[in-house]
Amino acid sequence: MLIVRKFLRDVAAVLGFVIICVVIGIAIFGPFLLPHPDLVFDSDILRRFEPPSAEFWFGTDNLGRDIFSRVIIGTRGALMVALTVVAIAIAIGVPLGIYAGYTTGWPAEVIMRVTDVFLAVPQLILALAIAQLAGRGLGSAMAALALTYWPFFCRTVYAETRRLRHTVFIEALQGLGASKTRILFVHVLPNVASPIIVRATVGMGFTILTTALLGFLGVGATPPNPDWGLAIAESREYLPDVWWAATFPGLAILITVLGFNLFGDGLRDLIDPKLRRSRS
Amino acid sequence: MTRFLLRRLLLALPALLGLLVLTFVLLRVVPSDPSTALAGENATPEQIAAIRKAYGFDQPLWRQFVVYVGQVLTGDFGNSIFTEQPVLGDITRRLPATVELVLAALLFATGVGIPLGVLAAVYYNSSFDHAVRIVTVGGLAIAPFWFAIILQLVFAMDLDWLPLRGRIPVGMPPPPTVTGLYLIDSLVAGRFDLLTTAARHMLLPAFTLSLGSLASITRFTRAGMLETLQKDFVAYEKAAGYPERRVIWVYVLRNSLVATTTQIGLLFGALIAGAVAVETIYDWPGIGSYAVQAILTSDYKAILAVTLVVGVIYAAVNIAVDIVHALLDPRVAEQL
Repeated sequence: MLIVRKFLRDVAAVLGFVIICVVIGIAIFGPFLLPHPDLVFDSDILRRFEPPSAEFWFGTDNLGRDIFSRVIIGTRGALMVALTVVAIAIAIGVPLGIYAGYTTGWPAEVIMRVTDVFLAVPQLILALAIAQLAGRGLGSAMAALALTYWPFFCRTVYAETRRLRHTVFIEALQGLGASKTRILFVHVLPNVASPIIVRATVGMGFTILTTALLGFLGVGATPPNPDWGLAIAESREYLPDVWWAATFPGLAILITVLGFNLFGDGLRDLIDPKLRRSRS
Repeated sequence: MTRFLLRRLLLALPALLGLLVLTFVLLRVVPSDPSTALAGENATPEQIAAIRKAYGFDQPLWRQFVVYVGQVLTGDFGNSIFTEQPVLGDITRRLPATVELVLAALLFATGVGIPLGVLAAVYYNSSFDHAVRIVTVGGLAIAPFWFAIILQLVFAMDLDWLPLRGRIPVGMPPPPTVTGLYLIDSLVAGRFDLLTTAARHMLLPAFTLSLGSLASITRFTRAGMLETLQKDFVAYEKAAGYPERRVIWVYVLRNSLVATTTQIGLLFGALIAGAVAVETIYDWPGIGSYAVQAILTSDYKAILAVTLVVGVIYAAVNIAVDIVHALLDPRVAEQL
């Protein structure tokens, strides 16, 4: 439990953890606590552009929908999208990285060259191109993000596995005649889990940001999805008078991503032995 | 050093070839029928058939690839559907705007980020260190497109201190082209009125774009400084009575900057991605806004050309960073 106590001393990381818990809570229970469940998707033109008030905490948008309720529902969407994208990226990147790191020969070589190519173009540019070419919509955007994000996991896992390959315990396992699959998934995988967890945590925040940007640019979520990025895009033409319609979805992004980044940062400090030494 | 340079350049070749394959796959294989995609939404079957023949989509894939590589190598990316100009011309015309924006953002991020990182490391675990940490983590958590809108809302629309969008006001002739960077060109031309106008237009976009890099550079400098500060030579220099300021800002900083230089190279990708958002919102006429326009108008050739050009620039920047890295730390050159 030393590690828990150590973590609790890191105020920023604890703050991140609390934010993540609150955000997940909102995603799960939010839909049951909406102040205006009828004004999430259905419009009420008579009440459009109402500034924040006791009744509409975040105001209403151009269709008279309640922005607070939409931000709450958007939380669920944002988390689901980020979780799916990161999970797919892990599912592709981690096995490939472990395999390429452990073996030598042409399949490993091919995997790493392909990884290099993906890492040679800024992820967003590639994701934009793929999302557009695969046909606009949230599904293509998610596929595009996952397809451009796995190389990051592959690279990390590859480097870690390479480091492990010549350690005594792996060589002992080889001597005992353990099968390759067994070595890779029972013995190597737990040892490369920490960098994967750190990358996945930060990746959640990163993916929420990128998804919002895709939604904002019009290649992600489509109306009437209460996606945060899309909401900001829809509010743009009513600025500066309707400032609240752009402000609150953006704040939701900021707080959520901040939570994941703070927590991921704390995890990294906890896990990275080099930093651990310099900290204590 | 020459051997290092040659090997480094050779290493970039497979990645560039891979990039060609990737873009080829994107255009020819991902859309179910590229001819329909290229012809646009309202094309007749005859037009689609004509395009299929004109682009050689009826040829075997490997031959299409050879033709494609030939086109790319001769700089023939075709015409943009939207601007009806050669895509490559569009991109080279717009590139200086992005370069200027990215350089300004990087300059600001380095100029502020390195001192912040040094101070955070020197006052490690103080309230200043914690404040820097919160601000930098926040800087990486903020959505640039949203931050840009908020800055516009406050400084351009509400306070009316700074221009809302563009590089210079509409209708104002730009300075005579020397480098394509307005700030430098107006200096060369001695037009100080233009210089201030261009700088005022630059302020909000460059600041928005720099935020993420500022956070990264600060964090890397801080981490590098913390590591170097524990080295024996620092204790020796302090014991020998060197002025503390000199030890920190000259000897320790120089030894800590190696990691930061590498980071600056990696930031380039983030800056280009950021430029896509920032340029769109500030109507900055660079390749970021061009990419978005290409995507929204389904301008496939423009999309692919932007991807390729950005990939090549990215590779070039990474080579440059490796060279700087090798100059700073000769051990790196020996490893390759």
